Amino acid sequence: MKKIMTGNEAFAYGAYLAGIDIAAAYPGTPSTEILENLSKYPGVYTEWSTNEKVAMDVGAGAAYAGGRALVTMKHVGMNVAADSLFYVSYTGMKGGLVIINADDPAMHSSQNEQDNRHYARFAKVPMLEPADSEEAKKSVKAALEISETFDTPVIIRTTTRLSHSLSIVETEAEPEPKAQSEPAAYERNPVKYVMVPAFARQRHPVVEERLKKLAAFAETTGLNRIEPGDDEIGIIVSGVVYQYAREVFPNATCLKLGMVYPLPDGLIRELAGRVKQVVVIEELDPFIEEHVRLMGIPARGKEIFPNIGEFNPGLIRRCAREAGLIPTPAEQAPAVTAPKLPGRPPMLCPGCGHRGLFYALQRLNATVFGDIGCYTLGAAPPLNAIHTTGCMGASIGVVHGVDRVGVKDRTVAVIGDSTFFHSGVAPLINLHYNNGTSTVIVVDNRVTAMTGHQANPGTGNTLMGIESPVVKIDELARGIGFTKVDVVNPYDFKHVLSTIKDHLQSNEPSLIVAQYPCVLYKRERKPALVVDAEKCNECGNCLRIGCSPITKIDGSVSINAALCIGCGFCAAICNQGAISLPDKEGVTA
Amino acid sequence: MKKKLDFLFAGVGGQGTILASNIVSDVGMRCGYDVKKSEVHGMSQRGGAVESHVRWAQKVYSPLIEEGGADFLLAFEMLEAARWPHYLAPGSVALVNNHRVMPPSVNLGREQYPEEKEIESVLTAAGGRVLWVEGAAKANELGNQALAGVVLLGVLSTRLEEPAETWLQAVQDLVPAKFKELNVKAFLAGRELATK
Repeated sequence: MKKIMTGNEAFAYGAYLAGIDIAAAYPGTPSTEILENLSKYPGVYTEWSTNEKVAMDVGAGAAYAGGRALVTMKHVGMNVAADSLFYVSYTGMKGGLVIINADDPAMHSSQNEQDNRHYARFAKVPMLEPADSEEAKKSVKAALEISETFDTPVIIRTTTRLSHSLSIVETEAEPEPKAQSEPAAYERNPVKYVMVPAFARQRHPVVEERLKKLAAFAETTGLNRIEPGDDEIGIIVSGVVYQYAREVFPNATCLKLGMVYPLPDGLIRELAGRVKQVVVIEELDPFIEEHVRLMGIPARGKEIFPNIGEFNPGLIRRCAREAGLIPTPAEQAPAVTAPKLPGRPPMLCPGCGHRGLFYALQRLNATVFGDIGCYTLGAAPPLNAIHTTGCMGASIGVVHGVDRVGVKDRTVAVIGDSTFFHSGVAPLINLHYNNGTSTVIVVDNRVTAMTGHQANPGTGNTLMGIESPVVKIDELARGIGFTKVDVVNPYDFKHVLSTIKDHLQSNEPSLIVAQYPCVLYKRERKPALVVDAEKCNECGNCLRIGCSPITKIDGSVSINAALCIGCGFCAAICNQGAISLPDKEGVTA
Repeated sequence: MKKKLDFLFAGVGGQGTILASNIVSDVGMRCGYDVKKSEVHGMSQRGGAVESHVRWAQKVYSPLIEEGGADFLLAFEMLEAARWPHYLAPGSVALVNNHRVMPPSVNLGREQYPEEKEIESVLTAAGGRVLWVEGAAKANELGNQALAGVVLLGVLSTRLEEPAETWLQAVQDLVPAKFKELNVKAFLAGRELATK
């Protein structure tokens, strides 16, 4: 049967078919839906780990004990997990370990667009790269087989455009029920699994030998193939870019790589021998091109195609024409460019509790060291209330550093609940241990909201829908030794202002938990607010909170009833009392 | 069967753009086409712009439509329609929902929302024929703004050779069960609008 699936749905389906026993991840666009979907299949244990490194360790442990493990993450998640990737590359495992890594060219939802193919070479592990959902499905089984044959973790690389595109997948027979033959067991083998220098030195040659065997495998595996064509141009390409290349170069000879590390030197030479010139088409870095050039083959790549951003068929066609690879039509239609129009950037949702906090910080003219999550939208106008954002968990260390060089004047760190659990605890301990004096605000909306409402240690349930203990952030801070800890409702504006002021004047490290459940998750809706145009003096306060239902009109403002969820924050900060609930006397009349 | 058909969807988060594009994908599959679809929706719940590409052909490679290749633009919001003239193929049709959602800079009075005429001329200059659809009005009549997308699909269906029954089946299979009846009504209302 045929079914249309996203790349991520197909990865989950493939993992189920391949008999994955355990899967761990931290949510991150564009990888999140892999585990969300896998958690719906029977017989697989899935979890949201607190961060990607923890997930990688969980996967390694499960595979050490003979389980078949899957770990997924977005590209920057690999930076967090890298320490663990490197040791598990040396140790190998007993069961298979597959890592699905999602790169985000064009940074649809990321802070950088790093090319994680480098991690395969860096950690000396193989990497597969499927090109559509059907290949995504099959790639998990292929990766598991490689993992178990060569005793290595295997990375599958996807990109946003593969993970979030849909294409047709052939459904398969249900997998055989898992054999109950031998119970999971951890077999002690210190030389293989204890990476002290003496043993690690014994493992490194094993890893190098493994790479040679994998390079030989790359020549014969069905994952790589030469698609015959004319002898003018030979294309080397992988992933979703293969699909674009086939549209622009339908007749070219094409080395389609399903395995991008190690690369098949023999197939590359064969391709080069068949054609007049070799062209490598790859998003981001010249990873394949540099290898081909080192082989002494004068491949063209980044001189033609950019090393920034995401490709599409039109971009490849334009570049190919400019480089003379394909003819330019004599009569070209005049280029149509999109007109300059007002943008439509994402904003904090109507009713979002973060708005209350950021408005207070803006009013105090605080310098805010931010973090990664929905609340990063507090950086956007008109709030303009975040002044650095780097990576998960950076805020607390950054504010400590800023304060330590003597800047400390209305400086605060702002970090979300899930981000705090991910990588905020260690820097909070650091702040206390090193006698810091900074103020940390955890914006706690009770869920991992940005990636689509995943469970976390604060939500009281797990990915599999099982009830779990709730970690309380204020109690955690007190346990570390913080004595100045407050929990506030960010929409209690006066209280929030006075609490922040109090913390900013304090000379000890302090923590505020600004707690307000995500409105999209809670889905509570109250009647929309209304404006009394006569009372409005056009001061613009309500426009400065950046709430999309509020629109400037002639002489007043109006509130779009279809978008407003009735949180009442605009009414609370209106000095004229011009905004109120519709049932209040004198307003609806 | 056509050699290929490319549909570009544009809207604002929460307008049902993704659902509508799923329905069109499903219809293509039911009619024996190879189908691919791609979208950017990471920020959609936060009021951002949403775009979705649906491609039907005997064999589809790229999930993204090439600039100048879209046979249909389905715009759920007027400003969002105006962002995509460079994607229109000569002789293409732009079905535009007669509905405005103000972006933040317009709310704050810093930028102007384009005039209806401007939007139309931008799309026409790119070789598209603009059909304004009273989708929002029809949807409000039916009691739910989110139905405008399916009204647009009703209009679209009259311009394609695939039978109405196939569309209705796809609509019924893909919308939430409790809104099935309403969506069927919206789809039929769209077909009626098209024949007026």
